[in-house]
Amino acid sequence: MLRLDNVGALYGRRLAVSEVTTPQLQSGEIVAVIGPNAAGKSTLFRRIAGLLHGPGEVHLSQSGKGSRAVAYMPQDTGANAVLTVYESILMARKQGQSWRVEDADLRVIDDIMAALDIVPIAFRDLGALSGGQRQLVAIAQTLVREPEIVLMDEPTSALDLHRQVEVLELMRAEAQRRGMLVLIAIHDLNQALRFADKVIVIADGRMRACGAAADVITAQMLRDIYRVDARIEKCSRDYNHVIVDGRAENAALGALQG
Amino acid sequence: MAAIEAPAAIAADIQEGRGRYRALARRKLLILALLAAALALSFAVDLAWGPARYGLDQVLLALFDPSTVSAQVRTVVWDIRMPVAVMALVVGAALSAAGAQMQTILANPLASPFTLGISAAASFGAALAIVIEIPLLPVAAAFMVPVDAFVMALVATLFIHFVSQLRGATVQTVVLLGIALVFTFNALLAFVQYLASETALQAVVFWTMGSLTKATWPKIWITLAVVALALPLFARNAWALTAIRLGEDKAASFGINVRRVRLETMLIVSLLAAVPVSFVGTIGFVGLVGPHVARMILGEDQRFFLPGSVLCGALLLSLTSIVSKSIIPGVVFPIGIITALVGVPFFFSLILSNVKRSW
Repeated sequence: MLRLDNVGALYGRRLAVSEVTTPQLQSGEIVAVIGPNAAGKSTLFRRIAGLLHGPGEVHLSQSGKGSRAVAYMPQDTGANAVLTVYESILMARKQGQSWRVEDADLRVIDDIMAALDIVPIAFRDLGALSGGQRQLVAIAQTLVREPEIVLMDEPTSALDLHRQVEVLELMRAEAQRRGMLVLIAIHDLNQALRFADKVIVIADGRMRACGAAADVITAQMLRDIYRVDARIEKCSRDYNHVIVDGRAENAALGALQG
Repeated sequence: MAAIEAPAAIAADIQEGRGRYRALARRKLLILALLAAALALSFAVDLAWGPARYGLDQVLLALFDPSTVSAQVRTVVWDIRMPVAVMALVVGAALSAAGAQMQTILANPLASPFTLGISAAASFGAALAIVIEIPLLPVAAAFMVPVDAFVMALVATLFIHFVSQLRGATVQTVVLLGIALVFTFNALLAFVQYLASETALQAVVFWTMGSLTKATWPKIWITLAVVALALPLFARNAWALTAIRLGEDKAASFGINVRRVRLETMLIVSLLAAVPVSFVGTIGFVGLVGPHVARMILGEDQRFFLPGSVLCGALLLSLTSIVSKSIIPGVVFPIGIITALVGVPFFFSLILSNVKRSW
């Protein structure tokens, strides 16, 4: 469904991301993109979404057509437009279409709002929302376009624990049910271990690792990439967990190779 | 996304969501209809109002059954008042639509042809034509004033657009740039005025005051043609323009070519802002207040906001046209003076009551 072949991304003339090569990422999968701050995760997403140019090839195979095939949810969800939540989601759905709003459009919006549990704020102004509520609305704006590939840039960063789990469970269910490929940039490695089928590690603008979550998120990777001493241990329910003991001394980037 | 299943417990809420949206859309359509009705009434009163007092009934007869009224009534209504009243509607609509889209694509509540120096640029262009008689385009002498005003307005608009696209340009940068342009063109205007003969100076001052009494049918048709060209183009981009108010990154993430939509919109805006100003002079605040009123009552879904801005702008200028004839009986004040006097305090109240919510 999506394969990156030596992909790089240019900001002006500066190569901000380079040499990202992945295996075929399949429909129905959740892929966590992890890495330190300013590693290039958002840049890579913008390149895949076609918002940035760069070397390499982004191979997309999709059944549908047009811009709806890939939906990118940027990190910045701030908005002061005088629109209600409902209108802003409708606007996302109707991009490139006629003015006429069909009942089918409204049904899709209603269903997504219900799934994200944001029905009570449907007719509130965007400017009156909290950061977490804005993030949920942004997720709804992304899903309402019914994309085949979703690129979500830290979609849970402003959400409380309950909402984080709710969103990630919804994305996993939707990915499987609709055959949607979901790439999520995320900082919470325990959530990545729990929800992701594959993990891509980005650091210093390069891909450092790509594979099954349990194979990639290791103590060595955490030391090399995040410069922390950590253990990966199984809990009583047999989930892997990252336990951080402290900052690592003399750790350096570059030991891992994808 | 039919696959997402809502829990049964909130099915009623969902139904309510759909229903509430339809009700909201109906309410906005009703507001547009009321604005249109108010505009029709204001237009009729504008036609009836003047030194020669005719009743609304006589004006309506002159409009719809001219043979039943005297030749004097026909002449006053059709030849004297009608061009001014129609010009008020068309110019108000054009300036307000221009202001609405400038505010949208520059993400700036203070953007309007007047505040960003486009009107000042047009005034300077007009002064060049009146005083020094320099044609900026090779056109007939009769059109030199509007064409020079238009060219200068276009230059100012495009300059603002390109600076706003520079990396690091913020909302504040654009406002400051607008202020700089106002000062620059006012200084250049003063320079030209200083060189002017007494007659030319009088013409320039009158032009800069903005007056609908300059209205003629050819000017009305040209302005109307620009509005008729611009509105469908804006309408075609309605969803994209609504998305741009959520930020450039967000809009791009919806697959919108933000640069193309911005440039296209700004070019149309420059036409919309420049053509009326080049015909009737500087008329301030309509392009600022019209969109703000529309935003307050209709929100920023462009499907309602755009027609709302057009109607609000036309209504504001039509009402101002009535006021300009009412202050001293028999005297028609230049409408630019009235819009400034009425617009400034009104805009103050808008800023104090709503700007925090809207921007």
